[in-house]
Amino acid sequence: MASTIRLKTKTRDDITTIRLIVRHPMETGFRVDDETNELVPEHYIKKISFEHNDKLIFSCDWSRAVSKNPYLSFMFKNSKVGDKIKITWLDNLGNNDSLESLIE
Amino acid sequence: MLRRSFLKILTSSTVLLFSGLFTPIRLFAEWKDSAFSAKDIDTAIGNYFPNQNIEKTDQIKIEIYDEVENGAVVPVKVKTDLKMVKSITIFADKNPNPLIANFDLTSACIGFVSTRIKVSEPSNVIIIVNANDVLYMAKKFVIVHENGCG
Repeated sequence: MASTIRLKTKTRDDITTIRLIVRHPMETGFRVDDETNELVPEHYIKKISFEHNDKLIFSCDWSRAVSKNPYLSFMFKNSKVGDKIKITWLDNLGNNDSLESLIE
Repeated sequence: MLRRSFLKILTSSTVLLFSGLFTPIRLFAEWKDSAFSAKDIDTAIGNYFPNQNIEKTDQIKIEIYDEVENGAVVPVKVKTDLKMVKSITIFADKNPNPLIANFDLTSACIGFVSTRIKVSEPSNVIIIVNANDVLYMAKKFVIVHENGCG
């Protein structure tokens, strides 16, 4: 199956910009399903972590108020093209996914 | 037949075992439920940063539209020149649960984060930055026309 994580990286000098979108419904538990007229149970990512060459560099704690298919961008130093980046998320139902990639 | 089902059990349990093993420990670290489930802004901030002073600053730049049609997708960009940024935390004071997201930065990171949030009604988007263990706050008001939390 295709990864839920779509990653774009850009490195200039020794600074890398990370941009990603995660495919995830981020259901608040407040939304009513149009067909069943019932509330859709809450389903959202609680944690995402980023490792650069196996070292944790950035991590997030999220609520259900992060938008559907979450977008995130951040920047870090001391990196170069070809370095390893690993992203892992975990949601409130215990689902998780991760992606390993090389920095461009 | 028996052998096949045994193999099936073996395979599925191996997958379970390994998916557990390879989930980084960081993901099991504490998620502050008392702050995330708080229903008003003061409790949310107080539970996330217990007994800490928060200073107002003009050194946090919040990029957010003044007015947004659909509260389900509100882009927020935070930049700061404060040194040694350890965390950036986003709240919307009128949301059912005001704490939206926290980002933990390490010394490798630039003081910057960009994301998209849900805002239920016209609110102050409040940003709290931990810089060298001092908390700083900035806010910006955003008008939303359509509830983004439904």
